[in-house]
Amino acid sequence: MATAPELDAPVTALDEFRQTARAWLAANFPSALKGKDNALSALEGPTDLSAEEIAWKTAMGEKGWGVPGWPKAYGGGGLDKAEIRILQEEMARIGAWNPIGGMGVMMFGPTLLEYGSEAQKHEHIPAIAKGEVRWCQGYSEPNAGSDLANVQTFAEDAGDHYIVNGQKTWTSGGQWADKCFALVRTDKSQKHGGISFLLIDMTAPGVEVKPIRMISGQSPFCETFFTNVKVPKENLVGREGQGWEIGTRLLQHERNSLSGGGGASRLFAGKALGALAKDYRGADEHGRVPDSDLRMRIVRHEMDSRAFALTLRRAALEAKSNQGPSAATSIMKNVGARITQERAELSIEIMGMAGLGWEGEGFSEDELTQTRTWLWGKAVSIYGGSTEIQNNVISKRILGMLDHQ
Amino acid sequence: MAVLNEEQTMLRDMVREWSDNESPVTAFRKMRAAAPAEGYDPAAWQALSEMGVAGIVIPEAFGGTAFGYLSLGLVLEQLGRNLAASPLAATSAAASAIVLGESETAKAAWLPRIASGEVVATLAVDEGPVHDPAKIATKVVDGRLSGTKAFVAEGDSAGVFVVAAEDGLYLVAGDVGVTRSPRHMTDSRSHAQVTFADAPAERLGDIGLTARVVDRATAAVCAEMLGLAEQAFTTTNDYLKTRVQFGQVLSTFQALQHRMAKMFTELELMRSVVEGALEAIDAGRSDVDQAVSLAKAVAGDTLHLVSREMIQLHGGIGMTDEHDAGFYIKRARILETMWGNAAFHRERFARLNGY
Repeated sequence: MATAPELDAPVTALDEFRQTARAWLAANFPSALKGKDNALSALEGPTDLSAEEIAWKTAMGEKGWGVPGWPKAYGGGGLDKAEIRILQEEMARIGAWNPIGGMGVMMFGPTLLEYGSEAQKHEHIPAIAKGEVRWCQGYSEPNAGSDLANVQTFAEDAGDHYIVNGQKTWTSGGQWADKCFALVRTDKSQKHGGISFLLIDMTAPGVEVKPIRMISGQSPFCETFFTNVKVPKENLVGREGQGWEIGTRLLQHERNSLSGGGGASRLFAGKALGALAKDYRGADEHGRVPDSDLRMRIVRHEMDSRAFALTLRRAALEAKSNQGPSAATSIMKNVGARITQERAELSIEIMGMAGLGWEGEGFSEDELTQTRTWLWGKAVSIYGGSTEIQNNVISKRILGMLDHQ
Repeated sequence: MAVLNEEQTMLRDMVREWSDNESPVTAFRKMRAAAPAEGYDPAAWQALSEMGVAGIVIPEAFGGTAFGYLSLGLVLEQLGRNLAASPLAATSAAASAIVLGESETAKAAWLPRIASGEVVATLAVDEGPVHDPAKIATKVVDGRLSGTKAFVAEGDSAGVFVVAAEDGLYLVAGDVGVTRSPRHMTDSRSHAQVTFADAPAERLGDIGLTARVVDRATAAVCAEMLGLAEQAFTTTNDYLKTRVQFGQVLSTFQALQHRMAKMFTELELMRSVVEGALEAIDAGRSDVDQAVSLAKAVAGDTLHLVSREMIQLHGGIGMTDEHDAGFYIKRARILETMWGNAAFHRERFARLNGY
């Protein structure tokens, strides 16, 4: 973690910004919330916010610092990259966390800023920046998983509006969402070119959601059914048939957040495996984990994690130095998934039967959380483009390998 | 597949048919929802007992069939395929201790009742969450046993406990001085913490017997693991042949074909080592310990692989509770952990071979 230098008199604009940010955070971040970010909220749904959490969210929302890089005109912070880094350092310094998040921030917002009309941006972006509207993703269908372009949900042209019919699945947070960005078919005669990007009000008549219970016991996804749902044409982003382009652009934002600082790194949170092993397995007279086989696999995992961290750093530096996007970015999702899953498997192995508790007495909160984290982690190599799809991208786009002839 | 005699072939086919018709995975799903205190469906156990499976490792003189461990393995494999919840593995492990033990009164008192399925028995060794037979603090003083055993399979319903103490194995029957506390685990089966406080105990044998009995318990678990791995593989293979993406069934993709071929390869090796361990016990060979460690290490790695691939190759549907894949991985990790995981048995194998 970067540590902030001690401050004397401001010498540059950035130093000045650091002082401003530090003062604002000191005045607005309730110290009781230090380190109290709820990492599992995306899986377990929104909880009632305390008065302090509401105050913090409101302050960050009004300041626009929940989405620091978005333009001020739409309620963002209007900060440049260097300022954002300083803001993050200052937040980390006092244990502050970003209360504005979700799919609107990570995926939909950046995409709408790029492709939306002025009216659409003014309608939707400020509400995301303030954390007032919850978005969900209407992409996958029962027969359109890895083959996403096979979406069949149909938006029929009805003059000034569309009539939408079909079924989506894996709608993240569908039961808690206010609105949905969806890939729908407006033209049945062509596959990719018949897809459009449509914004659907989840409270509209004809929208029905059914939570899907996962093996980890949580229900972060829904099946979503659209039956004759009326959607105004103003809600089309881009033009008809541009949905695949917009939709895949959005997936880039998703993959960046999955492989980088977002979802995956949250799953890294917690005790280092070596320390966990000593807690559960003890140590020999030299302070080593006594199970040498386990010990070597922990080392292998730790080294894999270090190699991944250095690769993330290298890719960031290469991107900054204008060499263009690094080829290394293509491996991020898969390596992140591998590390997340290996870490969970090793953790439950270290804990033995204590790492396989489901509920009730005899297990600590940490142990029960570990079980659920392990099971949930199996999704990381499936969602957001499965490991197999990522490998196709590497072999076809990076390595230039040919399709089966 | 080991070469089976006529008796064994009939037994396997009978249990397979019963398991597929009367105890498919949907029966396990119902059992999970009903959550009976026993951790299994008593009616299903009754039906299995009527087929004579509870007495497979018990001599005929005490009401058993003495078919042996390979036969026990065939039954557990068939039950494992469909995740049938039964106390057979635990009961057989405890029965083997009584059979091999020195107490004739225990044999006469308990073996016939175990063989008929009337009494569920279990083996209680570990005192922590990780298998470690060297760390046993349970003591017996003047015929009274005291200690706490962790994660005892079928501990919720057992009427007889075979308990490992510092100096060997003991039998504790009934509820005097016995306190059970259920532990709800990923596999929705029975695991209990059992505390013994001056419980009347009968001696069965020394720590050499403990080791021989744990080997038999481990071999039985390996057979269940084989059944799980086989079915997880078959279910996945069937799915790849039906799921269509990109206009093709998934099984036409060579990358996936090779992953299935790799698993098939590992499964063949797994079957050999599991059957090898069971046969070594039946033959009374001197290297049962090595054969069991080999089986548990290979079985652990293979089931681990297959249970992970089952979810990955099913994609999102395999992540849902509605699908069976989660049941397999949740039971798999419990079985991998019981009686020592692959790492434990690799270490033990190395020690047994003097390196």
